[in-house]
Amino acid sequence: MDHDDLQRIAEGERAAAKSAEIRCCTSSGCRASGSKEVLSRLKAAVEANGLGDRVAAVGVGCPGLCSAGPVVQTHPDGAAFGKVTADHADGIVSALSGGSAGAVRIDPHQPFFTKQLRIVRATAGQIDPERIEAYIAAGGYEGLYRVLQRRPDEIVADVTASGLRGRGGAGYPTGLKWATVAKMPPGQKYVICNGDEGDPGAFMDRSVMEDAPHQVLEGMAIAAYAIGANQGYIYVRAEYPLAIERLQTAITQARKAGLLGRGVFQTPFEFEVEIRIGAGAFVCGEETALIASVQGLRGTPRPRPPYPAESGLWDRPTLINNVETFATIPAILRNGPAWFAAIGTATSKGTKIFSLTGKVKNAGLVEVPMGTTLREVVEQLGGGTADGKAVKAVQTGGPSGGCVPASLLDTPIDYESLASIGSIMGSGGMIVMDDADRMPEVARFFMEFCADESCGKCVPCRVGTVQLHGLLTKLVEKRATRHDLDTLIELCHLVRDTSLCGLGQSAPNPVLSTLRYFAGEYEALLQPEEFARPTRRSAVPLTVIS
Amino acid sequence: MAVVTLTIDDKPVSARAGESVLDAAKEAGIEIPTLCHLPGVSEAAACRLCLVQVEGRGRLQAACVTAAAEGMVVRTQTDTLREYRRMILELLFTEGNHVCAVCVANGNCELQTLAAELGMDHVRYPYLNPARPVDVTHKQYAIDHNRCILCTRCVRTCDEIEGAHTWDVAGRGTSSHVIADMGQPWGESVTCTSCGKCVQSCPTGALFRQGSTVAEMTKDREKLGDLVTARREKKWSV
Repeated sequence: MDHDDLQRIAEGERAAAKSAEIRCCTSSGCRASGSKEVLSRLKAAVEANGLGDRVAAVGVGCPGLCSAGPVVQTHPDGAAFGKVTADHADGIVSALSGGSAGAVRIDPHQPFFTKQLRIVRATAGQIDPERIEAYIAAGGYEGLYRVLQRRPDEIVADVTASGLRGRGGAGYPTGLKWATVAKMPPGQKYVICNGDEGDPGAFMDRSVMEDAPHQVLEGMAIAAYAIGANQGYIYVRAEYPLAIERLQTAITQARKAGLLGRGVFQTPFEFEVEIRIGAGAFVCGEETALIASVQGLRGTPRPRPPYPAESGLWDRPTLINNVETFATIPAILRNGPAWFAAIGTATSKGTKIFSLTGKVKNAGLVEVPMGTTLREVVEQLGGGTADGKAVKAVQTGGPSGGCVPASLLDTPIDYESLASIGSIMGSGGMIVMDDADRMPEVARFFMEFCADESCGKCVPCRVGTVQLHGLLTKLVEKRATRHDLDTLIELCHLVRDTSLCGLGQSAPNPVLSTLRYFAGEYEALLQPEEFARPTRRSAVPLTVIS
Repeated sequence: MAVVTLTIDDKPVSARAGESVLDAAKEAGIEIPTLCHLPGVSEAAACRLCLVQVEGRGRLQAACVTAAAEGMVVRTQTDTLREYRRMILELLFTEGNHVCAVCVANGNCELQTLAAELGMDHVRYPYLNPARPVDVTHKQYAIDHNRCILCTRCVRTCDEIEGAHTWDVAGRGTSSHVIADMGQPWGESVTCTSCGKCVQSCPTGALFRQGSTVAEMTKDREKLGDLVTARREKKWSV
């Protein structure tokens, strides 16, 4: 494969395109509500109406509005239909020639679509994720080609200049991480893509892997060239069978096309990618646990340093980035770092995908520029709550994150702003809550999750989360006293300050953040003390705000 | 060999480069409590009792895996650290079924000793009272999971010293437990060499030599007769 071949494939794909396309989402969400059947009926309807020469019914990635699934869009007229059933197929096909669709139309000009800026999800909902030709026609692998014409250090410099920060949650500068691995002495190095997304209510990475598997591969290949690695692993949780299937298809196609393997674009660059499937442990999203799991060991974290950049997979320098981070890379290298750095805020560049769920009207995936306020995402893109009630809080960052009260919805979405109000950007889960949601119960839900997912290695997380869950249960069941509340807070501090890895350290966040903003709800559940107790004098500060 | 100097609890201490803060402190006569640390095997950094405060670092650091560095200022005995250590011990006591009075290790137990030393005189959290088994299938030794604190010293000793890797951990969270081989009874393990190193490495009474439990203690009354006979006939067996 050389650059001419790449362009030939792109041109061939464009030439073969029919004048109209009916695009049916075939990603997990819509597939679960029957979109495969819809697609086959659409194809049959196209043939039955004799439109096969100018209309194509194709399966595409997720257009984002999951709550309206299965979603079907028609191109180029830009119409969209929601809650499509197989019986709507004939109507949708006839609508192309001016007939009545008979299906629920979705307004493609509503803020949910128009307020988004899609960089990572640029092709999602537009192209067939199972065909490499479709990705190449959309500009795919052009970034990799250009990268291979330059020196590796220039690529690292570009990523640094773009201001991209890790999308897995912590927001570590991606360029700095790449530079660290690149500077390790030459020798065996590895690239790992972390696709072990596990936060309740988060499905951004699943969609990226399902909708744009080649984009992830291209990002990994660029990274491998920049740091000097020849082997990559994608760690995907087993609960994402479609993502695994599509990534495997993409790897096979890319290898066949000469975009993976030896002599990529007729350069000495060589890169192989293998998939590793998780076995159901949330903690394997933590990088050192993930690495242990890839090696076939028990998935438990180990203390850092040494960081994986220095000593990672099989003790070799390892670059480990999140799915969304890798999927952002091709666009940065195609359009230049300055283009990317111009989007977002001073410290948080580019766009971020959020999975908007909970009591929100438009649930699904949104990609917005950093600096967009929570209010814009929830009220404009999300359309507020489904039944028009007031939004009470938004939970960001999953079990490691916190609840942001409605009064702070004007907070811009960037790493620092969210941290300053006691939550985190996290991987991108965003759960909208209304008055029916009781915060102590929300906190208890997340604590149950953490206790269940604790790997059991360190004492504070293993036992502390179980005791915290017990205390929260006592509180929710109105059996707790103020003394118990003090114990709860004290234990939160212990687990946060002494746990070995990020899972334990952040496990108390949902409790601490709800206590910070909704203390009244906790107080209201307290029972009077049976006996007068002396005032607690704890060495652990019992303040919630840190 | 490069040597660094640091300050631990206001005391100037020297350490070999790369040496852990825990070892450096110990050499200087400063004891930092630990349960999962065992000299000679790799560190797990799992018990979190050796956490110390290092000036300039936001998070508490586990002394066993923190390398001593030039100019480092370490505090091992702040009020918060002492409280956290007590709380961690409390959590351990609630997690298993630790009944010192009937334990083989009573009086020789690191968990018990630390609880006494650190002033953990009561437990403020409810006991979890887990239903855990006792495995007495091995000819010489036994494991009582009720007393296991999951320090994994046995796992590391068996793997790194004996090279057998009979022990490992299965399950997660509070369901974690050590298993022999693929989870079969210890007596059926095909890798166990019966070396007993795991028994020696266990900080509590979880791993013990059979015959040493309270219930197994018997009085050998025949010995009395033997003694009387020996004294009378002046015949002492060698």
